Amino acid sequence: MAHPIQSPRFGALAALALALALSPSARAEVRPGDPFPQLPAGAGRPAARVLLVDFWASWCAPCKSSFFSYDRLQADFGSRGLAIVAVSVDEDPAAYAAFVARMKPTFTTVMDPGQGLVEAVGVPAMPTSFLLDRSGKVRFMHAGFRGAETAGEIRREVEGLLEEPAR
Amino acid sequence: MTTSATRRIPAVLACGLLVALLGGCAGAVAVRVKPWQRAALADVSMNPNRDPLGAAMADHVYFSRETANGGRGVGGAGCGCN
Repeated sequence: MAHPIQSPRFGALAALALALALSPSARAEVRPGDPFPQLPAGAGRPAARVLLVDFWASWCAPCKSSFFSYDRLQADFGSRGLAIVAVSVDEDPAAYAAFVARMKPTFTTVMDPGQGLVEAVGVPAMPTSFLLDRSGKVRFMHAGFRGAETAGEIRREVEGLLEEPAR
Repeated sequence: MTTSATRRIPAVLACGLLVALLGGCAGAVAVRVKPWQRAALADVSMNPNRDPLGAAMADHVYFSRETANGGRGVGGAGCGCN
């Protein structure tokens, strides 16, 4: 007779437990195809615009380099219908204000009071950006910012979304 | 207790142990600090090499007063003989 540990039932149970243990915990709640939650007050949302929502923090080094790319995107595509809203997850308003004063972004920045929005969105990394089409649906997501590579991807995606007709 | 039930006891115990162990791992993962909660971890004070001059001076103290050398990654066993 086979040992109980060799039984199929034990194998299935072990596989289930292993899957539970190894399941990725850092997974976005909002993914491409989903509607995006309400942005914090002050962000606004100009109707029928392609929207880039970026989650950043003053303590996050890649966030700083992403701001330069977003400035260029805003300059190149702002007049064609791109809006950028950078949502800070900083808990310290002074840190947020100091970062904005230093970087002088040309796009909208807002704080996320109580980190309610980022908790609902569940970003997998800092920074994470979401690209929404004119109907407000998430079309692309970028976890992390890897310099020119990510900036180039976002630029191509923005161009594609701007060419889509408003629905 | 019947013989078949007695035979099942080790399997049930093994299953329970496995679920407890791996479930505990899963629980530990679930309480991991979220990406947007890492402000304190990203603070400069969390960097052990934030002050190279201070670190060099501390190393000198360890070497000259405690004959302990190499504790920061230098080859050797920290015996001060290198």
